[in-house]
Amino acid sequence: MKKFFYNIKKYFKYAITSASAELKSEISDSYLNWLWWVIEPLCFMLIYTFIFSVVFKSNERFFPVFIFLGLTCWEFFNRMMMGSVNLITSNRDLISKVYVPKYILLLAKSFTYLFKLFISFMIAIVLMIFLKTPFTWNILYVIFILPILYLISFGLGCILMHLGVYIEDLKKVVTILLKLVFYLSGVFYNINARLTGLIAYALLRFNPVAFCMNEIRKVMLYSKSLSVEGLIVWFMISILICIIGIKTITKNENSYAKVI
Amino acid sequence: MGKNIVTVKDLCISYKIMKKVSIRRMLFKAVTQKKEEFEAVKNVSFEIEEGKILGIVGKNGSGKSTMLRAIAGIFSPDKGTIDLHNNSVSLLSIGVGFNRKLTGYENIYLSGMLLGFSKEEIKEKEKEIIEFADIGNFIYRPVKTYSSGMYSKLAFAITAILETDIMLIDEIFSVGDMQFKEKSYKKMKELILNEKRTVIIVSHNVQKLGELCNEILWLHDGEVRMIGNPKEVLAKYSKFMKDNK
Repeated sequence: MKKFFYNIKKYFKYAITSASAELKSEISDSYLNWLWWVIEPLCFMLIYTFIFSVVFKSNERFFPVFIFLGLTCWEFFNRMMMGSVNLITSNRDLISKVYVPKYILLLAKSFTYLFKLFISFMIAIVLMIFLKTPFTWNILYVIFILPILYLISFGLGCILMHLGVYIEDLKKVVTILLKLVFYLSGVFYNINARLTGLIAYALLRFNPVAFCMNEIRKVMLYSKSLSVEGLIVWFMISILICIIGIKTITKNENSYAKVI
Repeated sequence: MGKNIVTVKDLCISYKIMKKVSIRRMLFKAVTQKKEEFEAVKNVSFEIEEGKILGIVGKNGSGKSTMLRAIAGIFSPDKGTIDLHNNSVSLLSIGVGFNRKLTGYENIYLSGMLLGFSKEEIKEKEKEIIEFADIGNFIYRPVKTYSSGMYSKLAFAITAILETDIMLIDEIFSVGDMQFKEKSYKKMKELILNEKRTVIIVSHNVQKLGELCNEILWLHDGEVRMIGNPKEVLAKYSKFMKDNK
């Protein structure tokens, strides 16, 4: 663990450089350049808003923002998971030539996703101003929720990254599982309002994505406070997942170069 | 007698021939997966003193590159130890961590930082790298527009100019056009002959190894066949290779 923090410190700058390099290369040859980072989430939001308010007649308050926040959280988690599965194999060149702690690769990747998350939050705030949702200081609670979402994604990402080296069709399984989690997270419906009893209770507590999403909507949209005990429990769990993930990687990373 | 910079003791590296599994195979054949082991390096021990140049020869598949990578820290040894006495090490390899869509200039930083240098250190050497790479204005164009020669020129410049205490070189006497080849060989010679630097070279070029090295290690099927004076070892090696044709 000590080594982990040492490595993080040592490679932090590399992770940032690499992340910004990736972001740059992503927009280097497209017409609308960085605008895509804004257009893409907005379009998804419009599609979902249309489907669920027109077709399914959802009457959630501030529905566009509601969906947008959900999508923002979901996209971050989704990208982290999908990005980590093939991370080792897609960096084959790098890994077989130089030693770098493998979680640094995930760290670099996560920075690009964090950047997009940040942009999405900016858009969300603009949307909120536009739709005149009530602003309160409760919004600042987001600072406590996002780290938990990040840690959980990072920990799970480490584990997936490790498994992805050995299991070649893991990506397909992960895609299916993620689809399931997507629908169970209430990206486009309010779990509290649509589901009752045990299911709603379980979903909001045992599904970290749903939990974070719900908390973020609570503080940003409905000016409510956090559920402190839930946050603490998930914080502990996320730390635990991270430790397991990092331990697995440090233990096995030297054999990755032999397998790929 | 200089102090030892690299100490390799009883080094064994084996590849478990472990194929990647698919979910289907995991479900139906979970138990039957057998693990074949292939020993690439067996009980190799040697030491290198500061400033010495070790050449490694051996026919294809005798574990040369594997050992080099183990010394670079890419593999961990299965048995035995590699002690670098806290020196920095780099495997001189081409184009580590390049992002093809970015300019050569940006890639200098990307690649350099990956090799463990700080931004400031790279900044200092940046000019020298660009000068040495000698690819003109292409340095400010995306790497994907490079010809393969330019690509390797830049990559070589980065690794050659960002120097580490121990350099590991795997078969790169042939980079770029004739002119650059000569230049890179000269640069390499200059780097290698630096008193402080310890170098391990893997190559098939017996003649050049003879010129450069202080010591030659001959690996055969993962084991040390001979180690010692370049003339003696290379002569025996050449004879052996001829006889086995």
